[in-house]
Amino acid sequence: MTNTLHRYGKADSFKDDYIIFAIPSKGKNDEDCIPKLKDFLKICARHNPVNMGNGQRGTLTPDKDLGPSSHWNRSGQPDFEAVIDGVDKPGTVSAVFGDASSATECLQEIIEADFGISVNISTSVENAKEAAHKCSISRHSVEYALAVNDPHDHLPNSQILSLSTMCGHGMVSFNLARKMLDMVREGRRTPEQAVATLTRFCPCGVYNPARAKRLLMEACKEQK
Amino acid sequence: MIINHKKCVSCGNCIPVCPMGAIFVDTNINRAVINDDACVECGTCYRGMSTENLNPVLIRSIRKIARFLRFRFEPEPDVCPTSAFEMNELQMPRLIRQIFSDPVVEHQSTGIKGRGTEEVKTNDVNLRVDTGEVGYTIEFGRPGVGVRFSDIQEMTRQLAIEGVTFEKNNPITHLMINTDTGDLHSDILSEKILSAIVEIKTTIEKVEEVLETVNKVNQNIDTVVAVGISTRCDENGEDNLLAPRLEDLGAFYERAKTNFGLGRITNTRLKSEKEDIKL
Repeated sequence: MTNTLHRYGKADSFKDDYIIFAIPSKGKNDEDCIPKLKDFLKICARHNPVNMGNGQRGTLTPDKDLGPSSHWNRSGQPDFEAVIDGVDKPGTVSAVFGDASSATECLQEIIEADFGISVNISTSVENAKEAAHKCSISRHSVEYALAVNDPHDHLPNSQILSLSTMCGHGMVSFNLARKMLDMVREGRRTPEQAVATLTRFCPCGVYNPARAKRLLMEACKEQK
Repeated sequence: MIINHKKCVSCGNCIPVCPMGAIFVDTNINRAVINDDACVECGTCYRGMSTENLNPVLIRSIRKIARFLRFRFEPEPDVCPTSAFEMNELQMPRLIRQIFSDPVVEHQSTGIKGRGTEEVKTNDVNLRVDTGEVGYTIEFGRPGVGVRFSDIQEMTRQLAIEGVTFEKNNPITHLMINTDTGDLHSDILSEKILSAIVEIKTTIEKVEEVLETVNKVNQNIDTVVAVGISTRCDENGEDNLLAPRLEDLGAFYERAKTNFGLGRITNTRLKSEKEDIKL
């Protein structure tokens, strides 16, 4: 569910991108796992995550009954409690962190909690090694993301790709990422507002608003 | 997916939202319409957009005046002001588009939402990829391009010739009529989806061959392909088998999913069976 493997960027671009997720295995450790998944998220919520998800929703969701005044005073506040409360069946739950120390401290507490459920991290290879080393655990398995093959030139530039691929399921379109980038460049939206818009489209809650904000601000400085 | 033309005010907010670029304003009728062939039923427009329930007649009138005065609109960019999107009930084969494209729809074949399976994310429990083996997730269509099943079949056929093992719990494997040939059900071949993942396994010696095949087939299919490649680490948490091989091949890899080995079997039935075997 948390398809976070193919985020676009070089290793140093993931300095503020750590996704820790727990996944029960069907028929192996999914019995009575819901309280464990909720406890996992509760631990994550204590370590300053920038987003969380339960497979059904993230911390920012679309508003389905907006009033006309919402165009002037729309809330972009993440709702972590709703994600925890919303876990109602076995599935992947995740939290996104914008810095190494929060991710590592969270991982340490998860290890101590000993849920017996598989725990993975999605970030650069080096970041993951570092986190394992700091928590004194060994990596069990690793899945590397190889570069995307695009022999027919379908893909847009790196700025758009970096913003769009943070929703691994492709729900943040290239065109929306481009539009948000343009709106920030033109001063029609703040980076925070643009990031909130992009984040709402990721239903799993793995979009990284901290990294997106940094990328938007960097992109505004350099035209491509 | 349907746009209710009684409600649509052709504001165009939904156009950049669509991952497939399937929505456009038809100037003959002054309404947004969906190109059904390009639409993959991912639900982004319906689910992802926020909505208001404003009166369409009023909004069209305001828009007409503003357009006449050359005013620039600054509405929220992700809002459908009249809740014009409606989800229709889909039948096979079109239903397959939604199953593979909408991440909140669960695959009945795997019990997992999304397009893959547990991959090596639960390798500590399932040991799907053991030492000396390599798992591959060959993903088509993402980011943002989409793929037809006929193109996926091009790849599965070639991989079958290579003698790879298709992961039995993967949704694409479930759509094969023959895993020895890689042939998919013919009625879905022209359907377009946002993405799909083919999962295979080989011995480590075959890495170069498989990656070469993937690259070769990708030249002939009109989509993007992203490969994930996985292995079991040694007892010290090191990967001294696959990583050096990838480096020899000049493969670019900087990001990874890493399984920390914290999972174990806890389901009562399986646990007691395991204990019985030990006894």
